[in-house]
Amino acid sequence: MAQKTIDRRWIFLLIFIGVALPLIFIIGLPIETTENVRMVYEMVENTPPGSTVLISYDFDPASRPELYPMGLALVEHCFQRDIKVIFTALWPMGVQMAEDVLDVMRQKFPNKEYGVDYVNVGFKAGGIVTVQAMGKNFREVYPSDMNGTPISEIPMLRGVKNFDNLAFLFSLSAGSPGIKEWVQIGHDTYGRPTSGGVTGVSAPSILPYVNEQQQLTGLLAGLKAAAEYEFLMDSPGLATSGMDAQSIAHLIIIIFIIIANVNYWRANKAEKGGK
Amino acid sequence: MKRNIPLIITFLVGITVIFSEFIPHYPFGMLSGELENWFLIISGFAILLGQLSLFKVNILKIKFKKENWQYSVITLISVVVMIGTGLLWGTKDNTGILGNGDQIIAVMGSKPFDYLFDNVYQHLQATMFSLLAFFIASAAYRAFIARTTESNLLLIAAILVMLGNTSLGSFLTSWIPEAISFLHLPKLAEFIMKYPTTAGQRAIMIGAGLGIIGSSLRIILGIERSYLGGK
Amino acid sequence: MVHFFEVLGIWIGALLTFAIFSFLYKDNPFYKVAEQIFVGLSAGYWFVYTIFFILLPNMYNPLTENFAANWIKLIPALLGVMMLMRLIPSIEWVSRFPIALVIGTTSGVFFLRYLKSDVINQLTATIMNPFSGNNTVMIVGQILLVIGTFTGVVYFYFSKKHEGAFGVTARIGIYFLMISFGAAFGYTAMARISLLIGRLQFLLGDWLGIIQP
Repeated sequence: MAQKTIDRRWIFLLIFIGVALPLIFIIGLPIETTENVRMVYEMVENTPPGSTVLISYDFDPASRPELYPMGLALVEHCFQRDIKVIFTALWPMGVQMAEDVLDVMRQKFPNKEYGVDYVNVGFKAGGIVTVQAMGKNFREVYPSDMNGTPISEIPMLRGVKNFDNLAFLFSLSAGSPGIKEWVQIGHDTYGRPTSGGVTGVSAPSILPYVNEQQQLTGLLAGLKAAAEYEFLMDSPGLATSGMDAQSIAHLIIIIFIIIANVNYWRANKAEKGGK
Repeated sequence: MKRNIPLIITFLVGITVIFSEFIPHYPFGMLSGELENWFLIISGFAILLGQLSLFKVNILKIKFKKENWQYSVITLISVVVMIGTGLLWGTKDNTGILGNGDQIIAVMGSKPFDYLFDNVYQHLQATMFSLLAFFIASAAYRAFIARTTESNLLLIAAILVMLGNTSLGSFLTSWIPEAISFLHLPKLAEFIMKYPTTAGQRAIMIGAGLGIIGSSLRIILGIERSYLGGK
Repeated sequence: MVHFFEVLGIWIGALLTFAIFSFLYKDNPFYKVAEQIFVGLSAGYWFVYTIFFILLPNMYNPLTENFAANWIKLIPALLGVMMLMRLIPSIEWVSRFPIALVIGTTSGVFFLRYLKSDVINQLTATIMNPFSGNNTVMIVGQILLVIGTFTGVVYFYFSKKHEGAFGVTARIGIYFLMISFGAAFGYTAMARISLLIGRLQFLLGDWLGIIQP
């Protein structure tokens, strides 16, 4: 079963070129939306202005290209609808990711005021146990925001005592702790609408939570979902600009799979013919 | 004492947490809530333990001049620089021991800790993981061969999902008439994800869930003790 | 000066990106150095954030600002210090007490949450009338969902030999699992390519300025 092999560095080179060229020469392939993304969009649309929501940045730079565009689009959508946002993170580097999103939003929405329209309460360790503690008593877990300002002095948090005071919970998750913990505690324990954005790697394992019981209200899975959200927002951004490259790279991988299979069948045929 | 008391603690704590779900009143609700708050602080120390352990391992590597010990020097310098800059001048929104570092910010544009994170750490981690793009392409070429019914299903599902999850999928099958629109690649990929994939993943989830429940009970009842380590 | 440091930062980022990419050709000292810097900075980051976001606000500040109301936090503080004893082999056993508390709490929470979210709720979501859909595609899908979940769970039952009708059911379960793994591969490929896109957006945009960052 002698299968023809090629130096894998040629494959590396082709993938590199296949991703780089469409970033430079934009093709502009169409984007279609899927049900799960529309559900997330509708959830934000149906949230009354003035409500407070919690967005948890449970990822680090390793997953930034997939989750950061989702974070940008979602926060922009919330701010457009005058929804107040509490930023938190179950991953320490998530704090920095949330701050990067806020840096962009401060330019787009100069009227939004820290402490009134949004607040960053920073990182907390402990995964599921800490999320459960937040659900019971928000102030015990977050005695202050990330600048050290006591929670009682932050106007938008005056009425927030536990998850009952939040319109929905949203996790941008690259693994554990992340969206699973928010579903198990946020929705299944405290009955709050919960949704999230996940990396492509973890999407299949999270999909069973999108069911009739709405353990998850929709799901953004990978860069494609981020591009769909940008499309729904009519605000093309980082994700949209990457979709051409994504398409070409997938095509190259599929071509390689076809070549490998043709080689295998040929080798198999030759072997059978030789016997 | 060294083994039995921890086993008793695990039992009492585990039982208290479970009881508090069904009897959320005093004392179970209060005890469970307090335990959760303690958990956060102990988790903080556990993180510190991890970092101190990294120090110990690398110092021993240098001390005994183990293979590639020179790289351990780089690791230690990096840790010390990151911790030093973070504690001395703080992070973006925290003040350090030496204050807020306003003079440094005036020169560098940000605090040294954040500068290192933005310009060194982010790039290193993002690139490290992006290497997997190359390896997954290579793996697909080497391993994705249609040999059996199972591998055929694997291959077909992978290709349909890969095509359906890109704009190319929409483009290639945009001509498909409305009557058979379920064959449109993005819709086909969505179907695969929503039904057969969810079914498979749900079976895994139920199986793993039952496993975790069993393990939790074994730990609480003291049957599973390996987490205590040692003798 | 600020502009200089901005440009320097981008160049450092680009050079480190290439140092990591050099591994694609073969393992080399540039990659190893970059790898160790990554490990070191990561550990340092976790250390600093743990102090600023957990130990100071949730332990030190409450104890120093209002000891009478928060003295109980001395217990987790003491348990935390006991956790650090793991680094000293002769008194390593002391760390078993906080570990017991952490493991006990986690086991209790896991028992409850996985039972509800990953077992009961998943079974509830599967026990439905598959013929209740609006169209043929949905009905076919729901039938597949019910059959796939049932046969998949049967496959994971290893206490009985997979033969006869049970074996056939388990075999169908494998087919569903294979479709699921194939789809997972497709999504993984998408995720990894996305990461490379992110890197190239930096190199071509921020560094070379060829594309709009």
